[in-house]
Amino acid sequence: MTDSKYFTTTKKGEIFELKAELNSDKKEKKKEAVKKVIASMTVGKDVSALFPDVVNCMQTDNLELKKLVYLYLMNYAKSQPDMAIMAVNTFVKDCEDPNPLIRALAVRTMGCIRVDKITEYLCEPLRKCLKDEDPYVRKTAAVCVAKLHDINAQLVEDQGFLDTLKDLISDSNPMVVANAVAALSEIAESHPNSNLLDLNPQSINKLLTALNECTEWGQIFILDCLANYTPRDDRESQSICERVTPRLSHANSAVVLSAVKVLMKFMEMLPKDLDYYGTLLKKLAPPLVTLLSAEPELQYVALRNINLIVQKRPEILKHEMKVFFVKYNDPIYVKLEKLDIMIRLASQANIAQVLAELKEYATEVDVDFVRKAVRAIGRCAIKVEQSAERCVSTLLDLIQTKVNYVVQEAIVVIKDIFRKYPNKYESVIATLCENLDSLDEPEARAAMIWIVGEYAERIDNADELLESFLEGFHDESTQVQLQLLTAIVKLFLKKPTETQELVQQVLSLATQDSDNPDLRDRGYIYWRLLSTDPVAAKEVVLAEKPLISEETDLIEPTLLDELICHIGTLASVYHKPPNAFVEGSRGVQHKRLPPRTGSNESPESPELAQPAAAQPADQPPAVIPSQGDLLGDLLNLDLGPPTSGGTPAITSAMQMGAMDLLGGGLDSLLGGDLGGSPAIGAGSRSCSYAVLPQCPSRGWSRDLFDLGSGVGMPAGSYVVPKTVWLPAMKAKGLEISGTFARRMGTIQMDVTFTNKAMQIMTDFAIQFNRNSFGLSPAAPLQLATPLSPNQTIEVSLPLSTVGPVMKMDPLNNLQVAVKNNIDVFYFSSLYPINILFVEDGKMERQVFLATWKDIPSDNEAQFQIKDCHLNSDAVSNKLQSNNIFTIAKRNVEGQDMLYQSMKLTNGIWILAELRIQPGSPNFTLSLKCRAPEISQFVLQSYEAMLKN
Amino acid sequence: MIHSLFLVNSSGDIFLEKHWKSVVSRSVCDYFFEAQERASEPENVAPVIPTPHHYLISVYRHKIFFVAVIQSEVPPLFVIEFLHRVVDTFQDYFGVCSEAAVKDNVVVVYELLEEMLDNGFPLATESNILKELIKPPTILRTVVNTITGSTNVGEQLPTGQLSVVPWRRTGVKYTNNEAYFDVVEEIDAIIDKSGSTVTAEIQGVVDASVKLTGMPDLTLSFMNPRLLDDVSFHPCVRFKRWEAERILSFIPPDGNFRLLSYHVSSQNLVAIPVYVKHSISFREGSSLGHFEITIGPKQTMGKAVEGVLVTSQMPKAVLNMNLTCTQGAYTFDPVTKMLSWDVGKINPQKLPSLKGSMSLQTGASKPDENPTINIQCKIQQLALSGLKVNRLDMYGEKYKPFKGIKYMTKAGKFQVRT
Repeated sequence: MTDSKYFTTTKKGEIFELKAELNSDKKEKKKEAVKKVIASMTVGKDVSALFPDVVNCMQTDNLELKKLVYLYLMNYAKSQPDMAIMAVNTFVKDCEDPNPLIRALAVRTMGCIRVDKITEYLCEPLRKCLKDEDPYVRKTAAVCVAKLHDINAQLVEDQGFLDTLKDLISDSNPMVVANAVAALSEIAESHPNSNLLDLNPQSINKLLTALNECTEWGQIFILDCLANYTPRDDRESQSICERVTPRLSHANSAVVLSAVKVLMKFMEMLPKDLDYYGTLLKKLAPPLVTLLSAEPELQYVALRNINLIVQKRPEILKHEMKVFFVKYNDPIYVKLEKLDIMIRLASQANIAQVLAELKEYATEVDVDFVRKAVRAIGRCAIKVEQSAERCVSTLLDLIQTKVNYVVQEAIVVIKDIFRKYPNKYESVIATLCENLDSLDEPEARAAMIWIVGEYAERIDNADELLESFLEGFHDESTQVQLQLLTAIVKLFLKKPTETQELVQQVLSLATQDSDNPDLRDRGYIYWRLLSTDPVAAKEVVLAEKPLISEETDLIEPTLLDELICHIGTLASVYHKPPNAFVEGSRGVQHKRLPPRTGSNESPESPELAQPAAAQPADQPPAVIPSQGDLLGDLLNLDLGPPTSGGTPAITSAMQMGAMDLLGGGLDSLLGGDLGGSPAIGAGSRSCSYAVLPQCPSRGWSRDLFDLGSGVGMPAGSYVVPKTVWLPAMKAKGLEISGTFARRMGTIQMDVTFTNKAMQIMTDFAIQFNRNSFGLSPAAPLQLATPLSPNQTIEVSLPLSTVGPVMKMDPLNNLQVAVKNNIDVFYFSSLYPINILFVEDGKMERQVFLATWKDIPSDNEAQFQIKDCHLNSDAVSNKLQSNNIFTIAKRNVEGQDMLYQSMKLTNGIWILAELRIQPGSPNFTLSLKCRAPEISQFVLQSYEAMLKN
Repeated sequence: MIHSLFLVNSSGDIFLEKHWKSVVSRSVCDYFFEAQERASEPENVAPVIPTPHHYLISVYRHKIFFVAVIQSEVPPLFVIEFLHRVVDTFQDYFGVCSEAAVKDNVVVVYELLEEMLDNGFPLATESNILKELIKPPTILRTVVNTITGSTNVGEQLPTGQLSVVPWRRTGVKYTNNEAYFDVVEEIDAIIDKSGSTVTAEIQGVVDASVKLTGMPDLTLSFMNPRLLDDVSFHPCVRFKRWEAERILSFIPPDGNFRLLSYHVSSQNLVAIPVYVKHSISFREGSSLGHFEITIGPKQTMGKAVEGVLVTSQMPKAVLNMNLTCTQGAYTFDPVTKMLSWDVGKINPQKLPSLKGSMSLQTGASKPDENPTINIQCKIQQLALSGLKVNRLDMYGEKYKPFKGIKYMTKAGKFQVRT
């Protein structure tokens, strides 16, 4: 006799029958009835009508019956809130039961009843249970706080349950600690900025102790919590690592992966020359390999994480290539991940093995997998130069198999190999051409056309080949059409005599018969180029191509570092930061790897030393959001920067062509609407904090600021620390930070360029939008060398104030465009107004008095400067070095009055009266100026100077 | 944390759902069904599927998908581990984990799920504790329950959960005290065409069946513990002692459990137990192919290789196979193209072989892919890695237990490429 009988009662009047049974006097009959009800509930039948009858069964000594009724209640209380109240009394009574199991069960079930009215009654029993003498009850109650918080967060805070929960972290029972951590972590997720899990060395110690004794699930919670902690120094970091490493031998893979996360993160702080560092690296490999012998689902998650680990620290798994070899009956999702990691681990030492495997995979049954395997061979060729020849011959073998999709993939990757190693493997072109007819996928067709165009001079019948594609031009996909257009133009430039007709045909097809704007515009550009200046056209179209990068699909270093902090989570499976996909993205904190301490070597990831790490994540530095508004500036941007390398001629030729084509029309079209749009205003406001001095509580980051800004600056004149203007994430790997300074009478913009991308950056140029004080670069941006990956260059750019003027909001907003070989990027920065104070800003006393009176008192602004512990002389000296001149000093009623003047580059005078009460840290500043809107910026400068 | 759980059978019906927080509509599974339809085989359904508001994390075991619904950032491995634990528990309770078994015991299933997870947090997942809370259904108990009206739910407190050895229940009593250990090793290997090893590794486990009275404290030592450089332990093992002395010291859970699992990787020399000689050829333009394989023992330390089963997925173009075998029996399924040869025990004096011809689809081109041969076999009384238990001692109790150690080697994913 089994429970399946409960599933069969579907006849009419079933509810009625159950009702009768529930009200039966016989215990056994009652229980059977409740079981039937639960079974119906399980399969989704609505049995909520029986609510009062089931609740009546609740008052029983029979534990199973009680549990069953509780199960029912949890499911239906929400739909019958008024009836649910009936159950409250029993719950409250059960919370007092001498049996801890019953107490725990009651508090657990009550928390699951998501009815507001009930939660009020829950508070008192819960408070008692949190302090219960029995740890089993306490640990159940801890989870109950999280449940209650989910239903009514305000109530939990008002009742002070959060503090009680925090106290439980120091509980004597490890299970209680683990559950308290789990509950707090869940609550913290909806309060990203709250300091719920305030970790300090004491609490860390408690957690580490509990870690050894609690259940496997508790270990996961504790490890995930530990990962959020930033140790004070490398010694603390090492001691935590030592206590976490035993977890690597746990049978539960989630524990292992969470431990890996903690170690990967804290390892960052250990000096590399430490013996322990090497030991740790060695210890990490075996558990990762073991994860791969688990169930396929576990393997998948493990592989996604290993993919990150391999990118961050390839040394850990470099000898373990073989465990990533694919078994033919692995699920496809495991196969694809393994393949990806194999390529990442491929090196000269193991390439022969890898290639043999890949060739084997290319004959498998699964089409997706075969394609990826073929592509992988190409990636190996590009990555390991020594193996290129072998890879090409392997690909040729595969092409000989004539399996359609294999051939197509092979051609796509051979195109990349040609890009990487020009003029080396062209002998295979003949073989490729044989397969021209079998290509039916756009990507393969486009790749083949590119090859024909690129090597047109070596292919005798290139014109015939391309012509054959041209017949069905309009049926091709855009990718193929564009490629065909370019290839024929290339062909024409190489063999002008025979192909004139062909090129005219394709140009007219592209410009006249096509609806696709990309195609049409490219057609026009080629047409103009060819008709105006064929020599320039040749230089543009047949220009030398930049090298393609060795590794494809690499995760950007900043993102990678963030993902390393999220090992074992969904973020690590998707390879996206949590805020990119977590529901509602409730301001998830960006996690960063801690900086390496102890040794003075430069950190592996350069951004660690950057101030960016200290900035609150919810206020990213402003980047002008809409590029459209600045299109005008883009067109005016000087695209011929004075850099080395052979490209300038080409780029300027390109510009010529473009200008010619655009006529003057576009300029006037855009001219009227430059900058100042609300979008820009909003963007720059959020960045205004950047110029304010950083608050001193930021600890280590401030030291870094001082280090960064203290180099090579004349004493006296105050320079705002460098801030990140353009984060690497928004500029394809280029990070720009900087500040403004006034030195020897010139305004300078100190800029730090950091390349966080994988490729070299060259051809830098800079341009400002019109701004309030006419700031513009006085000299072109000179970067001595191309910026190689992970390199940082600092440049001081002299500025003049003779550029075009437009009033900005805020007044000191400066919108900047920076161009390099990759793209053009826009950002805005706020400059401190004191860089505009000129050296001859000292006013005569009489003039000062007259002017002070002359300016209407409406224009006077008064401010308080707080917490400044300088005496009047020190103040005077400090300000003098920033071109704020003290004209007179008086003592009125025990207060020092300083009268000061300063002049802006555009001739505006500002007069100031600074009142200092000896012994009091609060100053009063009165400012008078004919342009009163400047006052608040002057105040900012005052504050910045006086407090630094 | 884990929000809800849906159990889905291979035809795409939800036959059980359980919610630990608010109810999540069944319609969320539509995203899963989509993925299920796309996948060629049920094994190929991706384990993590995003939907606009939830994430679906699933495992596929015993022809049932266990689909967990989560809403916030939760470690996926945590969810997957938990789901596997659910499956293990069902299997432990009902003998098999199948749709029928779940339906037959739906109330127990519900009670179990309720005990295993509270608000999405794992509560009691150790089988020892669960069995104290909810008694597994047995035929006798069902009969007794029907007559007396008593229940499956234990009246006891889960005392183990509160002690420092949460995995062991208290007050255990046996008349025969016995402790048996099985060292089981599985060899995973890929052998290439020419017979050389591409990769080979051993996954080993030490499973224990311990029925000892009271609170025994056991130590187990190995002759060659240095083999074990990559191990995962049951939480009962004292890790510090292992680190220092390479001795396993533990208070065992009651009943069956996995004491440790280990991994002997390809760097160490892994012995290959069997070899296969093969000659499979298709000729271009001909509708006949030649097929011949012979299997023999390789490095078995003189032990017999038993339970040999050879399977191979033949190319689509193969219509039928006409073979003869010197031993055992073979079948070929013309629909799935699966060749399966049940060899049995290998006699080293007379090696089993299977040969004959394949008939191919006329006009079809020569198959691109060569079939991979999959081998299953068993070797009793041998741990291929050479691992050997030295001695087992018991402290803390006065009686003398029966002790026993068994070794076995199995082929796991043992593949020969042709």
